[in-house]
Amino acid sequence: MSTDPAKPVAYRDALNQALREELTRDPDVFLLGEDIAGFDGAFKVTRGLLAEFGPERVVDTPITEAGFTGMAIGAAMAGLRPVVEIMTVNFVILAMDQIVNNAAKIHYMFGGQASVPIVIRMPGGAGHQLSSQHSQTLDAWFAHVPGLKVVCPSTPEDAKGLLKTAIRDDDPVIFIENEGLYGKKGPVGGPDDLIPFGQAAVRRAGTHCTVIAHSRMVWVALQAAEELASQGIEVEVIDPRTFRPLDLDTLASSVRRTGHAVVVDEGWPEYGISAGLATLLYEACFDWLDAPIGRVTCADVPMPYAKNLEQAALPQPADVVAAVLANIGQGVA
Amino acid sequence: MSTATGTGQQDMRDMFRSMLLIRRFEEKASEEYMAGRIGGFLHLAIGEEAAVVGTVSAMRADDPLTSTYREHGQALARGADPRAVMAELLGRSTGLCGGRGGSMHLMDKARSFYGGYGIVGGSVPLGLGLAYAARYRKSDQVSVTMFGDGATNQGVVAECFNMAGLWDLPIVFLILNNQYGMGTSLEHAAAEEDLYTRCNAYGIPSWKVDGMDVMAVRGAVAEALRIAREERNPACVELLAYRYRGHSMSDPDTVRDADEKERWRLRDPLVTFERVLLGEAVMTADDIAAMKAEVEAVVEDAAAFAEESPEVPVAELADDVYANPFNDDARGGALMP
Ligand SMILES: Cc1ncc(C[n+]2csc(CCOP(=O)(O)OP(=O)(O)O)c2C)c(N)n1
Ligand SMILES: [Mg+2]
Repeated sequence: MSTDPAKPVAYRDALNQALREELTRDPDVFLLGEDIAGFDGAFKVTRGLLAEFGPERVVDTPITEAGFTGMAIGAAMAGLRPVVEIMTVNFVILAMDQIVNNAAKIHYMFGGQASVPIVIRMPGGAGHQLSSQHSQTLDAWFAHVPGLKVVCPSTPEDAKGLLKTAIRDDDPVIFIENEGLYGKKGPVGGPDDLIPFGQAAVRRAGTHCTVIAHSRMVWVALQAAEELASQGIEVEVIDPRTFRPLDLDTLASSVRRTGHAVVVDEGWPEYGISAGLATLLYEACFDWLDAPIGRVTCADVPMPYAKNLEQAALPQPADVVAAVLANIGQGVA
Repeated sequence: MSTATGTGQQDMRDMFRSMLLIRRFEEKASEEYMAGRIGGFLHLAIGEEAAVVGTVSAMRADDPLTSTYREHGQALARGADPRAVMAELLGRSTGLCGGRGGSMHLMDKARSFYGGYGIVGGSVPLGLGLAYAARYRKSDQVSVTMFGDGATNQGVVAECFNMAGLWDLPIVFLILNNQYGMGTSLEHAAAEEDLYTRCNAYGIPSWKVDGMDVMAVRGAVAEALRIAREERNPACVELLAYRYRGHSMSDPDTVRDADEKERWRLRDPLVTFERVLLGEAVMTADDIAAMKAEVEAVVEDAAAFAEESPEVPVAELADDVYANPFNDDARGGALMP
């Protein structure tokens, strides 16, 4: 199936292209997950792949996350390249034992004899009134674990290019999409355009404050940046794209230039991505900072169902604007 | 049709009313969803009313019940106020859970309904824990936990079967087999389609009944409860049923075959039970019409109440995270975005 590079592609279709191209390129790649074959996936990322590649390479599983994730890890030890779809990040919790105790440890613990070239992809995030058990952002859980690689694409181009890299990588890659981004359209690369891990993307250049955001929060930060620009404040929005590996150089050099940093994260505030990034930046840039690093995160509560409460709990552009203003107001900008 | 042991005519009328209420309530909920007043996921149990009502009608009021996210019926059958249930679906402060849970997470602890849960299989160990507590306290309550055919494939469910059998816990496992888990049919998900047979490996008496026949469900659950209450043994009943709508409101339901849907439509549990009530002269056509009108009014009132109810104050966002809250000023700044 040919793709017109000029045509904007939705994030879900960009992922679909990456899967199709990698299935075509490498016979060891196969997909498994709940409702991914006959039903095209809960978010339609795997649409059409069953028809094209057949039931041996696009496999519907029972609802049994721990079992099939572990099975895929075993298959990866034998050299296959499974791409597991977990319907949403909320259900990967059932498979955490397999991911953390097995996938992340096997290469190290056995002295490098066996690798686990698996990709586990799933959407996280909130904003659709799905209440506490279906609205979580658990990026930090994975980013905490040595042995995993952690990727959080925010654009269709990254979704495609990073997924292709993930599939070809020899380590377990946790690939966290976002429910709020599947319809987002943008340009994508061709079959040979891979995006390397460990390269942050500057989404908007600026001089007054560095705003670090990933996944859906990139778009929240960019909206805030527009608003701030109308007030004469230019923020630099940087998307780390991958947390393991992390491109700390790009983040730190921006912060050294602006003297101000605000980290935006859809996850909870305590001991999470925002806390981890702030610590790394304090260690790297303490002498350059004109104010304490600001953080904009999800409220420190399980996500409520009611729309007004959910919106209040989630980071909004206005929260980012307020955090930047407070940050540069405190300093000598 | 045989009537279950000890089922009087008033019981049958109550069961029918409960089924009517669930049907009309959920039809109304789907309208509220289409009008944009209900957000998130809305899973309807239309078609499964006999399974829900037959089960609840056999239970004692103090027997704890746990369920999945498809649980409006369980809450209503347990006697939860339809106004509070609808208000919860609309995320209002008058809702059963104060607008925090929504459709998937109803709980009415005062009526021993211990909640609807969103993680497939995740509520089954909770049901086991409620049984454990009953035995620990030497009460004769029996815990009933309802879950889907899809959920039976979760490892944790097998773990629960084993512990229940090992420790003779007073629990009734109810597999509500509507033959699909989202878009995946039972035959594509289960190595053995007679799901109740899984309990054989754990020495748990188990069998399958017609889940579209409310009297059959009531009879089977009554027997399972008797085993659990009197013999202090777990039991398991598989209820074979069908949902008439898609998995949730956002599922266009294109996977299931039209003929299959039509075949099950002909077995509508409300229609067949109405025939029984008329045939056995439990109710007249006039009685039934009057009951339908009364239920209609209850549902309309619930919707009006919910729509007029106030939103939850945002200031209450962080209430109830803990039963023993702590004041942690150092973190106060990070609490709100
Ligand atoms: C652990 C987990 N995996 C996946 C899902 C997504 N999901 C929600 S309902 C469902 C199907 C469950 O089917 P079944 O147990 O038969 O119950 P039914 O919906 O038919 O009532 C799935 C896969 C989930 N909620 N939890
Ligand atoms: Mg089912």
